[in-house]
Amino acid sequence: MTLNLSIRRFAGLAAIAGMLAAPTVFAQSVAVTSIVEHPALDSIKDGVHEALAAAGYTEAKGLKWQFQTAQGNTAIAAQIARKFVGDKPDVIVAIATPSAQAVVAATKTIPVVYSAVTDPVAAQLVSSMDPSGTNVTGVSDALSLEKQVELIQKVVPNAKKIGMVYNPGEANSVVVVKRMRELLPKAGMTLVEASAARTVDVGAAARSLVGKVDAIYTNTDNNVVSAYESLVKVGDSAKIPLIASDTDSVKRGAIAALGVNYHDLGLQTGKVVIRILKGDKPGDIASQTSDKLELYVNPGAAKRQGVTLPDALIKSATKVVE
Amino acid sequence: MSIYSVWGALEIGLIFGLVALGVLISFRILNFPDLTVDGSFPLGGATAAILIHHGMDPFLATACATLAAGLAGMVTGWLNVSLRIMDLLASILMMIALYSINLRVMDAPNVPLINDPTVFTVLQPEGLDDYVARPLILLALVVAVKLLLDWFFATQIGLAMRATGSNPRMARSQGIATGGMILLGMAISNALCGLAGALFAQSQGGADISMGIGTIVIGLAAVIVGESIMPSRRLVVATLAVVVGAVIYRFFIALALNADFIGLKAQDLNLVTAVLVTVALVIPLLKQRLRRKGA
Repeated sequence: MTLNLSIRRFAGLAAIAGMLAAPTVFAQSVAVTSIVEHPALDSIKDGVHEALAAAGYTEAKGLKWQFQTAQGNTAIAAQIARKFVGDKPDVIVAIATPSAQAVVAATKTIPVVYSAVTDPVAAQLVSSMDPSGTNVTGVSDALSLEKQVELIQKVVPNAKKIGMVYNPGEANSVVVVKRMRELLPKAGMTLVEASAARTVDVGAAARSLVGKVDAIYTNTDNNVVSAYESLVKVGDSAKIPLIASDTDSVKRGAIAALGVNYHDLGLQTGKVVIRILKGDKPGDIASQTSDKLELYVNPGAAKRQGVTLPDALIKSATKVVE
Repeated sequence: MSIYSVWGALEIGLIFGLVALGVLISFRILNFPDLTVDGSFPLGGATAAILIHHGMDPFLATACATLAAGLAGMVTGWLNVSLRIMDLLASILMMIALYSINLRVMDAPNVPLINDPTVFTVLQPEGLDDYVARPLILLALVVAVKLLLDWFFATQIGLAMRATGSNPRMARSQGIATGGMILLGMAISNALCGLAGALFAQSQGGADISMGIGTIVIGLAAVIVGESIMPSRRLVVATLAVVVGAVIYRFFIALALNADFIGLKAQDLNLVTAVLVTVALVIPLLKQRLRRKGA
């Protein structure tokens, strides 16, 4: 019994000793972290991995790849940042604002490539979208909101009041709402806001807009995207056209979305990583926005929500969801 | 585990040591199950971040943050004492109210502090790396807070507060104003959490509305881990134990982050942490059983 127990204790110690062992440094290493696991953020990670593989950086050829998520917790994001700094990878990829801030606060020397940060300047990751001169560069997922307003006008030509459901606790959404408040009046429309602090509040927020708006536009707000079905229910029953910003929501019942393809954003991020692995300095690389936008339309949803899509719009779509 | 991970775990552990001290006061000393912490921790971070962002001295900003969180705790106490709302519900109400208040305070969900001066950059000694300096500064602060609390709970007021928590009826019959004691205790408890939040925002590059999620769970875990590895009825030991508990908890997370070599993946992190903490809690029990078998 005693012997058995001491063996077990020894095995436990060995496992802990293994965890304590210093990390081995390979020729090329990339460490990726994201604040939470989420379909869009995961496709960025996969995109980076794919871009690296296409350029010949694979685990089989000695690339050290590691991925950590903070499971939504900022204190864990801080600890992941410290771990990465200690591991001294060639490049750290930080996905979404809180993870990027934690990494940038933790190192001024290791190259950092942020991704899916809507406003990297407001988040103080870089001082402008020009080459930073520091160890930080990256790819923003900011959408040109002028194009979003154009899309709203194409789908609902006579709209005067546009509703937006968003989480006031999400930095990316607050940036979009502020900009829309300025932009919509220039196109003869006004913004009506409804906040949803939790995913379960999305349906109620959408219902509060019934009778007050001619269409509902949503950005890539995590809460709204997670609970998009509850928005679709309201849109279908009250005949309010829904326009989204991520193409997946069109398959779930939005009429149209002109959005960033997050997998492509990951590929684009990966290309920046490759430039740094090949010897470019991160401070010499300008921050980028997505170079590819995709238009998805759903004529069925349009019919349910009481509008007919113009043929020209359907023809210009990347994909028509049946 | 690299040296950066070790110093980082110590740094974040010490910050959460302050939370653990706050939780010790509410849950253990006052016997008040207080969830306000999930709101007062980010309130401290938000207040400090926005004040520093607008050019206030970081020490003054940290003091304001501590005060603001103390006030929040006092409101929870008031809801309970004067309005007779059940303690747990009073703290839940305050916690959800603080979410909106924190957004108002920051006027955005995220206030970065990457390029601004912080208490850590001001106190940074020449020739010492910042990742080493921060935990050392925090160590000095946490020890000072611990000693201050030890002193306080031996004074007349401190003893009256402990009596309020352990037997309110007896305390009242001795002429102690138990309502006032609850208000004061809740203020101190949440002030400590606010101080922790303010320091966390300054060491991690900014305040974020999501930084409070799960703070109470981590604080409670620290208290329980501390109590089971250093069991004692004496308060001076308890105040040390909960800080040690908070630091150990962070080391377990750092260990779990390095567990990939046994085939564990990023999403297993919380599970690994839970298993490590369970093992830590079971060891004293195993020891006891072994001793009994030997006898």
